[in-house]
Amino acid sequence: MNALVNWIDDRTGLKKLMHEALYEHIPGGARWRYVWGSTLVYTFTIQVITGIFLATAYSPSTTTAWESVYHIQNHMQFGWLVRGLHHFSAQAMTVLLAIHLMQVVIDGAYKAPREVNFWLGLILMQIVLGLGLTGYLLPWDQKGYYATQVSTEIMGATPVVGPQLQQLAQGGPQYGHHTLTRFFAMHVMILPATLVAFLVLHIAVFRRHGITVPDPDRAPGVAFWPDQVLKDAVACLVVLATVLGLTYFKGAELSAPADPSEAFSAARPEWYFLFLFQFLRFEWVEHQGLAFGAIYLPGLLMLILTAMPIFGRWKLGHWFNIAFMMAMMVGIIGLTGLALKNDAKDPDFQAAVKQAHDDSERIKVLAERPDGIPLEGAVSLLRNDPLTQGPRLFARNCAPCHRYDGHDGTGREVAKIVTKDGVKVRELEQATATDLGKFGTQEWLKGVITDYAKTFAPLSNAGEKVKKHFVDDSEMADWSKSHAQHWRVGENEKSLDDLTAFLQAQGGRVSPKPNLDEAAVKRGREIFTSGKLAVGQIESKCTDCHSLKPRGEETVLGESGTAPTLTGYAGADWLRDFLKNPGHAQFYGENNAMPAFGDRLSEKELGLLVRWMVGDFE
Amino acid sequence: MSQSQSQSDLNHSESYPEGRRGFMAHVLAAAIGGFVGLVPFASGLAFFLDPLIRKRKGGSGDGFVKLPITVEALEINGEPQLVKIIMDKVDAWNTYRNQPVGAVYLRRVASDKVIVFNQRCPHLGCAVDYKPAEKNYFCPCHTSAFGLDGVKQNDIPPRGLDELEVSIRNNTEVWVKFQNFRATTPDKIPVA
Repeated sequence: MNALVNWIDDRTGLKKLMHEALYEHIPGGARWRYVWGSTLVYTFTIQVITGIFLATAYSPSTTTAWESVYHIQNHMQFGWLVRGLHHFSAQAMTVLLAIHLMQVVIDGAYKAPREVNFWLGLILMQIVLGLGLTGYLLPWDQKGYYATQVSTEIMGATPVVGPQLQQLAQGGPQYGHHTLTRFFAMHVMILPATLVAFLVLHIAVFRRHGITVPDPDRAPGVAFWPDQVLKDAVACLVVLATVLGLTYFKGAELSAPADPSEAFSAARPEWYFLFLFQFLRFEWVEHQGLAFGAIYLPGLLMLILTAMPIFGRWKLGHWFNIAFMMAMMVGIIGLTGLALKNDAKDPDFQAAVKQAHDDSERIKVLAERPDGIPLEGAVSLLRNDPLTQGPRLFARNCAPCHRYDGHDGTGREVAKIVTKDGVKVRELEQATATDLGKFGTQEWLKGVITDYAKTFAPLSNAGEKVKKHFVDDSEMADWSKSHAQHWRVGENEKSLDDLTAFLQAQGGRVSPKPNLDEAAVKRGREIFTSGKLAVGQIESKCTDCHSLKPRGEETVLGESGTAPTLTGYAGADWLRDFLKNPGHAQFYGENNAMPAFGDRLSEKELGLLVRWMVGDFE
Repeated sequence: MSQSQSQSDLNHSESYPEGRRGFMAHVLAAAIGGFVGLVPFASGLAFFLDPLIRKRKGGSGDGFVKLPITVEALEINGEPQLVKIIMDKVDAWNTYRNQPVGAVYLRRVASDKVIVFNQRCPHLGCAVDYKPAEKNYFCPCHTSAFGLDGVKQNDIPPRGLDELEVSIRNNTEVWVKFQNFRATTPDKIPVA
């Protein structure tokens, strides 16, 4: 063994190299405060190792990037672990970087003769931030896509060369395959290679000047190995434990696949850029122009950082540097806190976050179906999914008048900001049409029959004409009122169940599954035509005004009169026809006040909306 | 640190106190240092070994696939016919429906018997040609040659062409159990 080592040493000088690496002199003894640089090298090592392994399974294109990451995360052995380590180590690196920088400034480690090393460190910081930014886009999920859009738009606001710079980064005027291949090349080759080069210089220069020791006489000096190595290793262990904990308990997130046509209101940059995000949201910053907030001011801060070794020549300058550093940290933490606080109290943002989360859960369900992910990419699964698109279509097209269980379909309140006594307050917008959250269910039908006035009450807000037709002078409202006493009789509860079972059976909705108990439906049909209840009799029976061709029958019950036809009521076909033209004679006729959606929505959109409303999705 | 100073470090580093505490520090530093390095590497390696370790979902059915050719369309003892195998193919996260996944040579040797060979050469996996003039199968890569019965005609391939299980159904349909076999081995070993 010894002979072999000597043979190698003779030819390589390995022993001297190892000796130099391990036996660096540390005056004043090993200390915990010296570990930060080593933890940074360690996190970078984790990134290199996990990054290379991830690259063996990642596929950079707009139809495969999200898909391959999904496959890594959910199907490949330990994919969640490797990706989690990579994801959270990147964030740990940012934190450690800030600590390292602060310590260097506080201890005055940037002063002569270490100026150059300080500058090398600042370059390394930029590279690490660049790695964070480019890596964030690679999963091609909504979160990364929209956050990175902001970054490249900022790039485009660079004076003089902005647009060219942006196109070069994107590989074209818009995001596409080449945006991913370029970001990938930046992330896995150009930036890491540059980082390694500067890291070697950084460590070499560091070794040249030695560690900055605040009090060399504190304890006897030691060598780097083993005392300081032990402390460094323990610190790395803590970092690793934290990263593993986050990976296991939180997991690296993967939001829904990127969709340029689908707004992502939950868009936020990665948390360590939140301060800049918040800063750019101030109106006075915006008034100075984007370049001021996003380029000049951060540039100025970097310039001051760069000039620190020069200021540091004077005692006062050193104090200025520390004060500046602290002020910057307070500013960053303050702005980050403000951003989080604003988001926490913004119900729209919270709803958007929930929707983003729901989408990321939903896509898992869709992707695990037997046909898997289609060749055109997973994004098409969500685009063609009634449960995903229905609520959005409802929010855009129906929620201006209707509500869905009190919200707009997607879980957001329909609100407006009004100024009261000079103060802006958020106020719920009044609905001007019915709440359709239960539309087509037995509960809905019972509401229409037993308390029409309450179910249709929001129409009173829709102007005099609508109020007159649908509330004040409505025959159905009168009917509901004059027959209300029947439903107060306990025995008639079952009659109402039967009648509504029959009516609900007409639509053939899918979910929630209607009560299709044949006997009940048959009894309901009887009540519909005869008006005979368990106790008493409906004076003016349903068929007196409505006509209905029961499902699976040829005969038409009742005569088509003034009231809407109930054939297939609230079912997919009925709903589609209704949405296309609610003013058709078989629906509201000339009383209609609802816009026709036949020329507002495409057939596909109508289909998705209808399928969602009748519960036709898995 | 100046050059002369670092030289003196080298010298006095040897004289640092060792003792029990010093020994423990050595062991712990090496152990913890090794451990923190090993975790990301071992995780990555386990991830990389995914193709060997993870169990794949088996296909449904008996593995037979119907060929787009009938028994009648084949002449008895005629020329071999090359037919593409159309099957569903699962590739990582995608499922391709009805994709060509390989090709087979068919030859009818009796009114109710069809012999089917996988087109892949058992030598190194190239696709073999059929040479009508010499009435044999010939691999353009390394000149493996096989007779009409699939038996090898030179010592380049390790075995004859891979014959596949055939089933004639409803009198005319040709169904084949399509499989690929490992190249280079004298035995037919299916590729999982």
